[in-house]
Amino acid sequence: MATFSYPSIAEPSRILLFDKDKCVGCNVCVNTCSSDVMIPNPEKGGEPIVLFAEECWFCGSCVQECPHKALTLIPTASQRISTIWRRKATGEEFRMGMLDPPEPNTTPPVGRNH
Amino acid sequence: MNWHEYVNKTGKLPEWPYEVNYGKENVIESDVLVVGGGVAGCRAAISAAQHGVSVVVADRGFVKHSGQGGAGVDHWHGAVRNPCSKITPEMYSDVAMQVSGGYTNGAARYIIGMEGWDTLLELEQMGLQIRDEEGEFKDTIWRDEETKLLFAYDVDNKHCLRIYGNNVKPVVAREMLSMGVKVYERICVSSLLTENGVKGTRVIGATGVNDRTGEFYIFKAKAVVLATGGGSRLGSFAPFMTSGSAMTDINLVNMGHTIAWNAGAEMVMMEALTPEFGMGTGLGYAPYSMGNTDNTYQGARVVDTNLKYVPYANTKGELLTEEKQIFQAADPDKFVIGHGIGLATPVTSDYNVTTLDPKLAEKIRSGEYSLPLYDDFAGMPEKSRKIIWNLMLAQEGKCRVPIFENLQAWGFDPSQDMLQYAISADNGIHARTSWLAPEQTPKTWVSTKRQGGVFTDWRLQSSLPGLFVAGGNPLFGSGCHGEAQTTGRYCGRQAAVFAKNHPAVEPERGQIDREKDEVYTPVTKGGDVGWHEFNAALARVFQDYWNVKTEEIFDRGLIRMADLRRTEGNRMYANNPHELARAIECYRLTDLASCYWQSAKARKGSSKLLGFMRIDYPNVDEPEWHKFLPVSQTEKGVSVREAPCDYYLRDPYLTTLHDNYVKYAELD
Repeated sequence: MATFSYPSIAEPSRILLFDKDKCVGCNVCVNTCSSDVMIPNPEKGGEPIVLFAEECWFCGSCVQECPHKALTLIPTASQRISTIWRRKATGEEFRMGMLDPPEPNTTPPVGRNH
Repeated sequence: MNWHEYVNKTGKLPEWPYEVNYGKENVIESDVLVVGGGVAGCRAAISAAQHGVSVVVADRGFVKHSGQGGAGVDHWHGAVRNPCSKITPEMYSDVAMQVSGGYTNGAARYIIGMEGWDTLLELEQMGLQIRDEEGEFKDTIWRDEETKLLFAYDVDNKHCLRIYGNNVKPVVAREMLSMGVKVYERICVSSLLTENGVKGTRVIGATGVNDRTGEFYIFKAKAVVLATGGGSRLGSFAPFMTSGSAMTDINLVNMGHTIAWNAGAEMVMMEALTPEFGMGTGLGYAPYSMGNTDNTYQGARVVDTNLKYVPYANTKGELLTEEKQIFQAADPDKFVIGHGIGLATPVTSDYNVTTLDPKLAEKIRSGEYSLPLYDDFAGMPEKSRKIIWNLMLAQEGKCRVPIFENLQAWGFDPSQDMLQYAISADNGIHARTSWLAPEQTPKTWVSTKRQGGVFTDWRLQSSLPGLFVAGGNPLFGSGCHGEAQTTGRYCGRQAAVFAKNHPAVEPERGQIDREKDEVYTPVTKGGDVGWHEFNAALARVFQDYWNVKTEEIFDRGLIRMADLRRTEGNRMYANNPHELARAIECYRLTDLASCYWQSAKARKGSSKLLGFMRIDYPNVDEPEWHKFLPVSQTEKGVSVREAPCDYYLRDPYLTTLHDNYVKYAELD
């Protein structure tokens, strides 16, 4: 693969992870974003392109609207390394983005709007 | 995928995906135009449409989720007329005035008190859950068994509600669209049109640019509701970094304040602007991701690293022993007015929320407690834990996905875990707030806290006929989410009545041409300054000439900003309509700065209440300066007027809150 010339881009590097098995390139996420940080992929059905990652304020609306549940919102590394919790009984420490995380907690919010 | 991944994969740069037509005109006519389609704008549009007029909304983003209230809400303030409340609209309005030393919008606070509960009930009819229908919080201090309402802050007086507001924006947007309101999205509105194109006259429309196509929009209307948001890019060196922002996305540049100022509307309290952490752009912790005890997290049990319990205290500094006391006023004659309603620097702490032990920082430094601190969810009773994590956090703006879902996806389990605080021993740690990102870099200037905005009358009409002002920001002294919906709903009604009684007026072509000439500069003149660099430069000027306050410094600020606008401003470039809209926002930020400086020049005195301290006029809060100073631009220059803080109870108005409300509220 060719090595391209790129300008240096400040953080964040990746704000969204698209599940390749689920994303059908419907662009609902593109059109949900009020800051317009994505553009459709020129290839029909391809996953959208994140063009203005730094303008994302991490509201998560695109994740909520994705009809295929293909999106994961990725906090910046500085936010992942600072969001820490401790298991009270064992003293173990965890954080967002850790290696070998514990099982996800699937407890839903209360109420009916989820 | 990321942009560079696409390039690596295909060997090509992606072309701009939308057809671009810079300058192509679209003319949109309606009875009422709403500028800003957040919760206030949607409620204004719904209420105007209910009154039988045609309505158009121009929004910067995508109305289903846009705006400061677009990501959700957990508290509903000002529902003082709910059947359980012991607070009256008079008490609510009077206390708001009292704790802010008179520097808030007493008329708007009363309107909010009168209509906040009705506004919420309508929201329930639209489909939003506002009650604990399943009884999940049965037999708790927060629930009323009959109405199933859940209370926050004050379980005795019951005027502030906990609601299930994560999907509030989809609900109001759906209702609005079902009523035939026409919505134009991705429009960067940059000017108001005035009669004969003259500053200080009736408002008859607006203009804007689409950030995908670059096309120009001319909105003509008989009445206009301004329902825009706050902003923070004016003072930020990294305005493009928004990951640490709790309530202010990058689109928010106080555009409503600025276009009202440019049209000649009177502005007040704009001089009350101080740097704030966390609410604006910049780098910081993920908002709401850190342990704390404020607002959304109020009632969380806190321990230190050795699991030593940290007690709460009331506003008298008395340490509390029972959970219920956290949600009670220290003095039974008072009530807890709550956080997040835009009342800064309270004159008295009597109505404040409870915090942790105010001596906490001292006790950390002396070794009595050891860092880090934690929110000990695991040590809380199940319902106490769930009402914070599974209700408030899961509903609050910008929390459902980035905090609730993300932390749980990484295994966070509040029934077993404790959430770490930011490591700090600063004096404010006992009252650490949940929406802020403390230690954020850089500090930014946000208008949201201090409540400067457009001066209004009892109809929430500005000094310009036909321009009504709603929402938590452009309307001076008005509050937060519930208040935005309530004032939006009220303004929609007022604008509809105005539109029925006033004929349409054709805008002056010269005003439109002047606006077009300016806003398309970055794609017609071929410059070499990008918007990021220009935004940082205007932040440099604003920081330099705002932090230190003297008449000469303000004057120099005005000169330096005009220089920047004339020189580098005319050399801005934009590669596509998206960047063009950002550049236009930067132009308006230079205008906004002049509004701040002119407002500052008008106040020849210092004020702790306003957070406004001048070197050349050091006397603080002198009685002769205890007043509003409505400042406006006219064709001849800047005009300053005086208005007492209780102007809404003086000539030409009636002498009581309620009589004025009945006279002006346009009740059906």
